[in-house]
Amino acid sequence: MDQAQISKLLNEQFPGSVAEEQPKAIVIKKESLLAIAKMLRDSDTAFKSCHCITAVDRKDKIEMIYMLYSFKHRFMLNLKIFLPMNDLTVETLSLLWKSANWLEREVYDLFGVKFLNHPDLRRILNPDEWTDFPLRKDFDRPDFYRLPQSEGLKAGG
Amino acid sequence: MNSPNTTDFVQKGNELRSEEMVVNMGPQHPSTHGVLYLELRLDGEIVVDCRVHIGYLHRSCEKIAENRTYTQFIPFTDRLDYLASMNNNLGYCLAVEKLLNIQVNERTQYIRTIIAELNRVASHLVGIGTFAQDLGAYATPMFYCFRDREQIVQLFDELCGGRLTYNYMRIGGVQTDFPPHAVKVIKDFIKYERKKLKEYMELLTYNAIFLSRTKKIGILKPEVAIDYGMTGPMLRAAGVKWDLRKDEPYMIYDRFKFDVPVGTNGDSWDRFKVRLDEIGESLKIIEQAVEALPPGNPVAKVNKVFKGPPGEAYMRTENPRGELGFYLVSDGGQKPYRNKIRSPSFSNIAVLPELIRGLNVSDAVCVLGSTDIVMGEIDR
Amino acid sequence: MAVNQQQPPKYEGEKHLGHFATGDIILTKSEDLFNWAKGSSLWPLTFGLSCCAIEMMATGASKFDIDRLGSGVFRASPRQCDVMIVAGTICVKMGECMKKLYAQMPDPKYVIAMGNCAVGGGIFYHDTYSVVQGTETLGIPVDVHVVGCPPRPEGLMHGILKLKEKIQKRGKPETNYPEKFVRPENAVGFMKEQLDKTEKVIEDQKKTT
Repeated sequence: MDQAQISKLLNEQFPGSVAEEQPKAIVIKKESLLAIAKMLRDSDTAFKSCHCITAVDRKDKIEMIYMLYSFKHRFMLNLKIFLPMNDLTVETLSLLWKSANWLEREVYDLFGVKFLNHPDLRRILNPDEWTDFPLRKDFDRPDFYRLPQSEGLKAGG
Repeated sequence: MNSPNTTDFVQKGNELRSEEMVVNMGPQHPSTHGVLYLELRLDGEIVVDCRVHIGYLHRSCEKIAENRTYTQFIPFTDRLDYLASMNNNLGYCLAVEKLLNIQVNERTQYIRTIIAELNRVASHLVGIGTFAQDLGAYATPMFYCFRDREQIVQLFDELCGGRLTYNYMRIGGVQTDFPPHAVKVIKDFIKYERKKLKEYMELLTYNAIFLSRTKKIGILKPEVAIDYGMTGPMLRAAGVKWDLRKDEPYMIYDRFKFDVPVGTNGDSWDRFKVRLDEIGESLKIIEQAVEALPPGNPVAKVNKVFKGPPGEAYMRTENPRGELGFYLVSDGGQKPYRNKIRSPSFSNIAVLPELIRGLNVSDAVCVLGSTDIVMGEIDR
Repeated sequence: MAVNQQQPPKYEGEKHLGHFATGDIILTKSEDLFNWAKGSSLWPLTFGLSCCAIEMMATGASKFDIDRLGSGVFRASPRQCDVMIVAGTICVKMGECMKKLYAQMPDPKYVIAMGNCAVGGGIFYHDTYSVVQGTETLGIPVDVHVVGCPPRPEGLMHGILKLKEKIQKRGKPETNYPEKFVRPENAVGFMKEQLDKTEKVIEDQKKTT
């Protein structure tokens, strides 16, 4: 099994949902995520395990990456979704795979992406009272517990 | 005025009002293996519900990674799963080599395999020792396991100068070559450890008290394990025969002959037995690798900086606790744009509320010990 | 305590009274006796946070054996121990718990900061948003700093012996709290914004309910 086969399958069953095909991932539209995930889990492709959910801040949008793994075909599929900065909401996958519960909580904690219908969306790594999202690129470095200002380490020396 | 008899008392006892009690286990607790906070709701001694709170060791490694070059991040990977530092280093270096398309030579691969398997033995020894300590065998198994671990750690000390955090693997090779007596020391250790494994079998595995404490406690079914995304000895103890070194081999693992131990019931005893057997299998791999060690120079050519075209790469390796994955995104510069660490213990611990419900508090401690988590990699 | 006759007495009044077949009799201050006892049986609190905890366990194991220094009795409850060995990185969430634990320990209490992260932030000093740069920034006074990443077990034993020397000379622990004691009125910069925002949320909730 390889990515081209999955892409063909998605185009047949959900026409118009595949936005782009990158060399290592398939970019799909946000609205068709839940239906596609359910189909991938229940059909012959048997993606029974949600291996990892993460996000990358691309300055004007946030790129969500879902890594699904199929033991039957020994194939790891990367699905990507782009979320515009003014509307960081997406459907939750925690009703399909239980591992998505904590992984989505971590993405919420670090990036601020809200997952609709998540059973328990609260912060997991940072204290509950925090209001900022640390892993975004516009997060200023804090200076509370720090003594002098630092620029980070310079490379190559 | 009748005197009360037994039936009166029993009836009154059933009408007694009782409440549930919330007990905080952690973050500072002798048996939570680090800073883990479990909020237990108890009805007497039985756990009714359990909530897991993590984040007490969140050291913002992923944010730091965006400000360090690829080589400067290697010491941080040591501190993620600090019991298996070499394996973490290896996983990260393999991920960077996949991203930047760098090849390594044969001797490097063999040395990396030997070192990674030795560290797996050391990590499983600590897991077994602390598990037995949690159950009440306070000192003996732990002292035996730490005594064996000292020999491995001493070899690593001579090799790279550190006892716990090594910073040994480099991108494109390793830091230094083996010292001349290393091969003899490793062969002696293999003979010694095989004798000791028989001793641990007699001491713990079929001990009546150990069996009654761990059999049928915390049963994990295979479908539940796959649904939670679990990997490593926890998945194998539940009955799923899956090991990345055999099923999706990376480096040179396809050249070695070894078995993959699998459990039958998915209870705590199976998890313990799988780890104990895995030590034996790792010794087999080390023996075969040491016989076939080719000559050459494994030391990495030190580049000031590594740069590559924009792209992304995901590489996962079989750690003693499961599958550790590094997802690296590069924008063409010297530092990664995003470095996501997919840690095995993070997924393994999410299942804890399901396993603990309905058990006594002391059985909850047993289940927690058998998951063998390390907080450094859960919180990163 | 001068049992050996060649050492000069530490102060006027300390005298060696006599030598008998079964032992010696010495006249000295009771404070010296208590300090000797305090220093020789320091019971640590199990406060291993991260990697240094494993080296602490290795120090307690059979090869390095901290028990012969009197410190082999690790207690989980802070009410029963003398010394808190802070082994590992201190994070913001854990710092709150740590202050409570330190307050619960009975006097006289000592603190050993083990490892670079507990001494001054260590490898996580720069570019972090959630690590406290050292035990003293939290306001907890430290008696002995043991550096290393992680320090060798011999290093931790050296630290405990240094603490024993310090106790035998002075008897009292460090109590001068550094100026950056964490109070809300001392917050600056980013953390001050966070605290203000949280206060505002609580105020709004009070108004609506």
